[in-house]
Amino acid sequence: MKVIYNSLFKRTSTYAVAIMASAFFFERAIDVTSNLIFDSINKGKQWKDIKGKYE
Amino acid sequence: MAATLRRFNGLRLLKSTPALNLQQAKNLSSASSWASNNKKLIGAIGAVTGGVGALLFALEQSVEASGTEVHAPAQPWSHRGLFSSLDHQSIRRGYEVYKQVCSACHSMQYIAYRNLVGVSHTEEQAKAEAEQITVRDGPDDTGNYFDRPGKLSDYFPSPYPNEEAARAANNGAYPPDLSYIVSARKGGEDYIFSLLTGYHDAPAGVVLREGQYFNPYFPGGAISMAQVLYNEVIEYEDGTPPTQSQLAKDVATFLKWTSEPEHDERKQLLIKVIGILGFLTAISYYIKRHKWSALKSRKIVFVPKEK
Repeated sequence: MKVIYNSLFKRTSTYAVAIMASAFFFERAIDVTSNLIFDSINKGKQWKDIKGKYE
Repeated sequence: MAATLRRFNGLRLLKSTPALNLQQAKNLSSASSWASNNKKLIGAIGAVTGGVGALLFALEQSVEASGTEVHAPAQPWSHRGLFSSLDHQSIRRGYEVYKQVCSACHSMQYIAYRNLVGVSHTEEQAKAEAEQITVRDGPDDTGNYFDRPGKLSDYFPSPYPNEEAARAANNGAYPPDLSYIVSARKGGEDYIFSLLTGYHDAPAGVVLREGQYFNPYFPGGAISMAQVLYNEVIEYEDGTPPTQSQLAKDVATFLKWTSEPEHDERKQLLIKVIGILGFLTAISYYIKRHKWSALKSRKIVFVPKEK
């Protein structure tokens, strides 16, 4: 905890960078996992599952 | 008396409430300064709000048994679940049914061929579908109107040029535009399915005029659309047996998609919203506990002044 505080949160410059970087990774993580969940629930029903038959 | 009360309620009713508590609640409330008119107004607003809410609830819960129509039973659609997408193979078959059966009378003027791309057809297939229709376009360089094959950006062709022509061709009944029909009818896709499969002979006492048919799911029972879906009325390109219920199910799914093209995206977003709001709720709870920990663990001590 102390290491994180001293290296990232103490200075405004590094704090701002930490916020932006974590926002990026948080968004990616939420996006990718929720898409995975949705695709696994709807396996075989969506267009991307059946378009192989028509191309 | 006191002993009986005590037996049933313990000490709760016999204990006097600390007067301090009552005083504090009274001091915090601003209601004591209200005029009597204000109190009446607020009471009336409260009563009206509660009454309207109860009325809406009662209307929603009612079985509506006084109408003449049968209410469509809920079918086990594969897109019924909270996170379930539409069945796109079914949408594609439903488009075939619409194109070969429904489009003879019903327009679908808000759906374009480009909407099919990435939903039920590839771009080449949607282009091929569009090229089968003829569109009147113009004016060209010489000011003349001309016919050309359809493009991806063209909307589905209407069978009649206007509503009057449609009525004249259908005994005065207007075949509604099907673009948003699932959202426009009570019961949605269940209603469409039941209507298409629910035709039968009129019971005794029901008088039908020329060109009318009996369908218990249609309000009034007398519908001007004849039964159109029968077993094997068309052939599916993917080889699915074209039974009547299969045709009705596929076209209802297709119409569900045209009414709610955002359906899949909406349900996908719900998963994201639950994830992010769950995360934020956890953080809020932690911060609340963190901020209150000092308040909850403090002690207030009265130290009398020493003389």
